[in-house]
Amino acid sequence: MHLTLRVWRQDGPEAEGRFETYEAAGIHQDMSFLEMLDLVNERLLTAGREPIAFDHDCREGICGSCGLMIDGRAHGPQGSTATCQLHMREFSDGDTIVIEPWRATSFPIVRDLVVDREAFDRIIEAGGYIGAPTGSAPEANLTPVPKETSDAAMDAAACIGCGACVAACPNGAGQLFTAAKVAHLNLLPQGQPERWMRVERMVETMEEYFGSCSNHGECEPACPKGISLDNIAMMNRDYLLSKIRNRKLGGY
Amino acid sequence: MLNLRRAGRDRSRQAPWIVSIYRTDVGKKYAMAISGVVLLLFVLGHMIGNLHVFEGAHGGTFRIDEYGEGLRELGEPLFPRTLVLWAFLRIPLTIAFLIHAHAAFALTRSNRAARETKYQSPRDYLAARYASRTMRWSGVIVLLFLAWHLADLTIGVEAVNPEFVRGAVYDNLVSSLSRWPVWILYVAAQVALAFHIWHGAWSLFQSLGINNPHFNRFRRTFAHIFATVVVAGFLSVPVGVALDIVS
Repeated sequence: MHLTLRVWRQDGPEAEGRFETYEAAGIHQDMSFLEMLDLVNERLLTAGREPIAFDHDCREGICGSCGLMIDGRAHGPQGSTATCQLHMREFSDGDTIVIEPWRATSFPIVRDLVVDREAFDRIIEAGGYIGAPTGSAPEANLTPVPKETSDAAMDAAACIGCGACVAACPNGAGQLFTAAKVAHLNLLPQGQPERWMRVERMVETMEEYFGSCSNHGECEPACPKGISLDNIAMMNRDYLLSKIRNRKLGGY
Repeated sequence: MLNLRRAGRDRSRQAPWIVSIYRTDVGKKYAMAISGVVLLLFVLGHMIGNLHVFEGAHGGTFRIDEYGEGLRELGEPLFPRTLVLWAFLRIPLTIAFLIHAHAAFALTRSNRAARETKYQSPRDYLAARYASRTMRWSGVIVLLFLAWHLADLTIGVEAVNPEFVRGAVYDNLVSSLSRWPVWILYVAAQVALAFHIWHGAWSLFQSLGINNPHFNRFRRTFAHIFATVVVAGFLSVPVGVALDIVS
């Protein structure tokens, strides 16, 4: 395949960015999108030019490091797929592919296609954990979890924190990520002690960084893990319940 | 175990409970949804009331004129004339409208700040519909239309509707809708309203956290039906005037 790439290049966080055009010849359809970029970078290096910086790690769709806006879609044209799992067979010979970094105020561009997703860490720090006793591991069957609950929690836990939801959202909202992390723990018995504190802190931290949810639903098809919008409704419900409960209990 | 109270937070300085909820974006979405439900009920009721136009005249007076007078007389003789109309309809609706508009304004600002640098290449939307992405514009159109509509058929501002006669609902609307620019304005505003309530009638369930696998699939259907019924009902009046059914 012979492709034309229009790639966003930016030398640093404060630098002025621009699109640069590269011809990518000899691309095999079985290459992954990142392997295609690797090849382009090797050629750039050979020619003595600066390679394109992009984030990647596991390359098997579970780490959440990669993430590119490809032809106006987060993670490209294939649904429920992270950029690393996208293959060039999704494109045709002669295509022009436009590659941009995630755009959100709280995801500042580090260089080229690399963005800083530290804002997600701030949300997790605010309540995305459980208070577990230290010492020997507890008896595994001590806390029974209904199958349906466990399934719903695991579906939410599938979130890899790649930021595609924020990138795809017309509002730059972090609701799907936060809701997945809230639902993951709030559904399980182990998450109950901090349930109300968790949802309040995580929502309020999220709002320091991201926009609000208008229920466009754009995040759901962008998510490589197929996290459901239902989690957002649950987060909204838990948030209000928390405000009511904490008021009753004299909390904040 | 973690302390439920946020460290170092002085409770005496806190805003009242409901205000502190409204200060968050999630809280504003609740306000948006609740005020939206009030306004949806209003447009539904208004649309049903409008259909009196097709009942024509009865004993010398138009049925819709009687209906209009009936709204002013609601609660009589227990309450004075127009008290119920003001206390239970006009004032609460104005409050709902103001909350809805304020929340929309504040949320738009928050969303704009969340993406200061826009995408430099065209987006390919998968789920975000035209209706959902133009809520603030359809909302502004409906707001401007409302100002015209009140001046035209409720207050009877001379410059807007010179032929206005207080209480003559039927004659007023026929004379107003017989002017073609006004007719186009009414129809265009209804199209904007259709888009607005179509997204709103589904979105409110998510904002209010009303989500249950047993009825989730009906939420979109409800929005389709609600928007279609309301706007078809509203459009029937200008269409009726155009076809001389109402004259």
